[in-house]
Amino acid sequence: MPEDRTIAPPAMIEVDALTKRFGELTAVDEVSFTVDAGEIFGFLGPNGAGKTTTIKILATLMAPTSGRASIAGFDVKRKPLRVRESIGLVFQDNSLDDRLTAFENLYIHALLYDLPRAVFAKRAEELLRLVDLYDRRNGLIRTFSGGMRRRLEIARGLLHHPKVFFLDEPTLGLDPQTRNAIWQHVRALRTETGATVFMTTHYLDEAENCNRIAIIDHGRIVALGTPDELKRRVGGDVLVVVSPHQASLAVAVAERYGVEVQQTKEDLRFEVEHGPSFVPRLTGDFPGDIASVSVHRPTLDDVFLKLTGHAIREETTSPMDQVRANVRAMRRRS
Amino acid sequence: MIGRRVAKGIYAIWYRETKRFLRDRSRWLGLILQPLLYLMLVGYGISASMSFRQAPTGMHVNYVTFMYPGIIGMSVLFMSIFSAVGMIWDREFGFLKEVLVAPVPRWAVAVGKALGITTIVVVQTAMLLLMAPLAHLPLGLAMAAQTLAVGALTGFVLGCLGIVIASRMSTMESFQLVMNVLTMPMFFLSGALYPLRGLPHWLSVLAHIDPLTYGVDALRNAVYGQGEAARALVQYPLSVDVAVLAVMAVVFALLGAMLFERQE
Ligand SMILES: Nc1ncnc2c1ncn2[C@@H]1O[C@H](COP(=O)(O)OP(=O)(O)OP(=O)(O)O)[C@@H](O)[C@H]1O
Ligand SMILES: [Mg+2]
Repeated sequence: MPEDRTIAPPAMIEVDALTKRFGELTAVDEVSFTVDAGEIFGFLGPNGAGKTTTIKILATLMAPTSGRASIAGFDVKRKPLRVRESIGLVFQDNSLDDRLTAFENLYIHALLYDLPRAVFAKRAEELLRLVDLYDRRNGLIRTFSGGMRRRLEIARGLLHHPKVFFLDEPTLGLDPQTRNAIWQHVRALRTETGATVFMTTHYLDEAENCNRIAIIDHGRIVALGTPDELKRRVGGDVLVVVSPHQASLAVAVAERYGVEVQQTKEDLRFEVEHGPSFVPRLTGDFPGDIASVSVHRPTLDDVFLKLTGHAIREETTSPMDQVRANVRAMRRRS
Repeated sequence: MIGRRVAKGIYAIWYRETKRFLRDRSRWLGLILQPLLYLMLVGYGISASMSFRQAPTGMHVNYVTFMYPGIIGMSVLFMSIFSAVGMIWDREFGFLKEVLVAPVPRWAVAVGKALGITTIVVVQTAMLLLMAPLAHLPLGLAMAAQTLAVGALTGFVLGCLGIVIASRMSTMESFQLVMNVLTMPMFFLSGALYPLRGLPHWLSVLAHIDPLTYGVDALRNAVYGQGEAARALVQYPLSVDVAVLAVMAVVFALLGAMLFERQE
């Protein structure tokens, strides 16, 4: 029987059972995935999930504890220089020299990546125009705003036309307008250079710009798929209920309708097949317990909450949680 | 073409190092003012209040003349260690990541850094040479060329030593530590300010492994030329100083490149 001979696009990033431990802490836990050429792939997860650690390993800045990874066919442990040639990076925090000008920063990058002078001159101008910094090319980085620095870092990361472009939280701490602008740049630049993009974020709305997303929590991938596939994991609509006695209502709702109720700091949520027609029933069943109720189509927020049991934006744990965690830690030690 | 890559990588780091230096006005000012102040306040102060007894009887050597090469050595020491330890700063503020992730072998980055520091030290030594008349020393072509070469070698050795230290350190607090427990003793043990005679044994051992001892002595050899003063005030012949510095240069450069290669 002849095999199916359609040629799959070659995988640009291959990661197999990648693990990184820092002492007791397992920051990346048996992570496996592949990213195809030309794809925009997103790592979505809360603070401390292991996103930056994964990128550092893929970029040869850190050795994995176990497992293997390759970029554009080159193993990160055995061929670090070839991997570095193939990638561009925008780090989570600033990596520009702020005593130099925008142009000088790009020039140093061109030298490090062995770009011929003429190629550099042409690309530097193109990229600087694309990220709206051409007029500021001779300005010192010290005088740049956060958004300008980010845009310049993106331009710099693409200067050598990398096959794989890593963006670690490229829009963190920027205002919505700048975030949008940065996304436009990333998409435009990607179309122009055809690079594969690997990005991390903890903004769920941004993750929707990706072709595929891996949801990562405590170093583990808990789900992987297109944004639509992931949203389909949440059946039907999501009801968000704000209540003065949230905890007791959660129990009551779960019992009454046989649904799984997720609690966040401000509200409780559960899924029903058809939200709008369910609202009257709910308010009828629990009069006086409901301050407000709203219905929406599932978002990645809902997927995240459902899969991990906690909301992605709850960055600080409550004091009580902290006490519980401490008690657990003490028990373990004794 | 790995050769071209390495060369361009070294140049990139050198370019950055020197460019930053050229732009930093306060460093320029410190470069000229600090040695000048030392020479004026300490040098003239001491030579006015005490007589300098190291010179052989019957020969008059002003203390300022003795101290002047020491001041050049001091400036080279601070400049090179300070520049190298700037790497800790780069690590903390991110620029180092851009370099470490580039397709350039890391040892080449270390070499670029060391050469950048050496270049800055040569510029610095040239400026300090202009103060020679203040120390009652004639400024000559051969003397200037020798001083620059010796200054460059000393700067390279100390720069590599700084890189060795910086690749083992991750915070700016450790920088303070380096300055206090390494740089200051190196300076005082080098014989820059006073001739080291009659030291307790252990101190004299330390003085003998202090790279700056040979740096300062080489500078004295170069600055005094062939005059009477030279034979009275230097410890070793120039060839010995240069040989010791060259060995230290190779050792620290290899060590620095190796440690830099290994960091995460
Ligand atoms: N060098 C290190 N030494 C020890 N622990 C580390 C180190 N780097 C990271 N960690 C730990 O590993 C875990 C994962 O960190 P990582 O930076 O990968 O998270 P992240 O997903 O990028 O988070 P964020 O959204 O805050 O950037 C964290 O608990 C962190 O404290
Ligand atoms: Mg991170």
